Amino acid sequence: MGLKPILTKDFGVENLAQLSVYEHTGGYTGFKKALGMQPDALVDLVKASGLRGRGGAGFPTGNKWSFLPKGMYPRYLVCNADESEPGCFKDRYLIETSPHQVLEGVMIAAYAIGSNLAFIYIRGEYLPQYEALEGAIDEARKAGYLGKNVLGKGYDLDVILHRGAGAYICGEETALLTSLEGYRGEPRLKPPFPAIKGLYGKPTVVNNVETVSNLPHIILNGAEWFSAMGTPTGKGTRVWCISGHVNKPGNYELENGTPIRELIEVHGGGVWKNRKLKAFQPGGASMMVLLPEHLDVALDFDAIAKAGSMAGAGAMVVMDETTCMVDAARRYVKFFQHESCGKCTPCREGTFWMANIFDTFEGGTAKGTDIDLLLDVGYNIDGRSFCPLGDASTWFPRSVIKYFRDEFEQHVAEKGCPFKKVPEEAVA
Amino acid sequence: MLSKETADRIRESAARYPSKQSAILPALWAVQHEQGYVTQEAMGEIAQHLGLPASLIEATSSFYSMFLTRPEGRHEVVICVNAPCMLRGADEMTAHIERRLGVRDGQTTPDGAITWHSTIECLGGCGGAPMMQVDHRFEEDLTYEKVDAIFERLRSAPAPHEMGQPHKALAVPPVKGEKARSGAEGARPRGRKTQQ
Repeated sequence: MGLKPILTKDFGVENLAQLSVYEHTGGYTGFKKALGMQPDALVDLVKASGLRGRGGAGFPTGNKWSFLPKGMYPRYLVCNADESEPGCFKDRYLIETSPHQVLEGVMIAAYAIGSNLAFIYIRGEYLPQYEALEGAIDEARKAGYLGKNVLGKGYDLDVILHRGAGAYICGEETALLTSLEGYRGEPRLKPPFPAIKGLYGKPTVVNNVETVSNLPHIILNGAEWFSAMGTPTGKGTRVWCISGHVNKPGNYELENGTPIRELIEVHGGGVWKNRKLKAFQPGGASMMVLLPEHLDVALDFDAIAKAGSMAGAGAMVVMDETTCMVDAARRYVKFFQHESCGKCTPCREGTFWMANIFDTFEGGTAKGTDIDLLLDVGYNIDGRSFCPLGDASTWFPRSVIKYFRDEFEQHVAEKGCPFKKVPEEAVA
Repeated sequence: MLSKETADRIRESAARYPSKQSAILPALWAVQHEQGYVTQEAMGEIAQHLGLPASLIEATSSFYSMFLTRPEGRHEVVICVNAPCMLRGADEMTAHIERRLGVRDGQTTPDGAITWHSTIECLGGCGGAPMMQVDHRFEEDLTYEKVDAIFERLRSAPAPHEMGQPHKALAVPPVKGEKARSGAEGARPRGRKTQQ
């Protein structure tokens, strides 16, 4: 348990983003080894490793690959680099420090599923990271890792880097594919799942940046090596982003199963300004709040789910005792309102009304009955939206009402926010 | 009228994708890099180059928040006010920016140098909050002094699309002693280490 740098083990090496340096650290040996294997054997290897998707849902990667219908070509591999979950900045870190590792993972995944054209969809805001990947793809093409007859092995592969333009919803895989096809980034009905009918109606696999970054290491070291790390249902490591009220915010690669306490108190340097911990969120904006009593829960998909939240995209947001939980929830709700694509009514209208009600709490005009009204609106969004964006918009605010109802009541009683801000001190 | 270089770029990217409609976003980016924003006329030109109806280009572009529809300041400053940034003083920093620039959220300074706005859309800089993006480059661990120094530099720096290679160019010359944070080298901001 604890720090276990696998993906990030060479991140201290200077100029790792350059091909020659990356190769010097053993880069692309995983891809070369993969090219010597049968694609089916690769799928079995990744299945056996127990790798689960790191984008948020935690679906087993090997299984996802094996859903592609036999004999249907062309098929596409799409790497989801549209990281936009508030609190999450791990993909950015993985891309900007080691773009070739991401690219090598994309190549391995593409070869394993029999794709000759792969895409990396990166969010528009990540311009420096776009440039890092663009540079890596150019270098790889010149070195013969991409193009016709890759490394003389008779396999053709090209990678297209596609830049988004500011839409959180495009991180949802079907919306991402719609966006990649040149349409408005609205989600599609599932089924059919992308594995059957994805990009341009062809069989498609969508994998997250961190997921594919694991692949070179799994190919090189084997499934047993990988599955020896972590928990029974959460193998390997995860790159955790920790932010908010801690002394050392940043990215830390930890073995799955490490207690939340260690991430916050040791790696994150503990709660800042010698204050007490009030609450934390283990999976970014979408996920339910947890309390200090949950500190000994393990960083693991299933353990966190059991505690009443979700590991999501691996973003730990820490809140100290001075935090106004109502305002924190208000920001997230406004975020979802802003990012709702407008396709379905519960999400488009529901997030709008939740945001309006939250404003009345901060503005001092809320009534006591508005707390239950929020719950009611949330209940009518969750499970009734077209895609998970709407559902997720309700999880954090509802969990905050569950644990911190008294703060909402205080806002009503005092006609405004009881947490007085001290501007000069708040800026460290 | 789009430059020949931009027009070529649009046609080249259309040829790379299995469907030319996929080239709409790359085309819109190419236009914005050349002209600073995307006009209806430019979308008409994109439509011609791609052989698609102009309405399709507009339908797609209006969905995405990063395409500008009118000219703005030479530099774009965007500060994140989502919860993780709020926790580390984004509201106070936003108030400081407004005071310092003397114009409201969404407006441009009278000299035309800077358009600023706050955003609830996370920019992926929570680990360096409070943070902002200047012409899509990360500026993190902001202090009042740091923000002032950035604005000082921006007042005299040309817009990114006015510099030779639009999206390769670094809009702002790096601060003395600080390494340039451009793609291939030194992209890692301080404080983002996984282990010490």
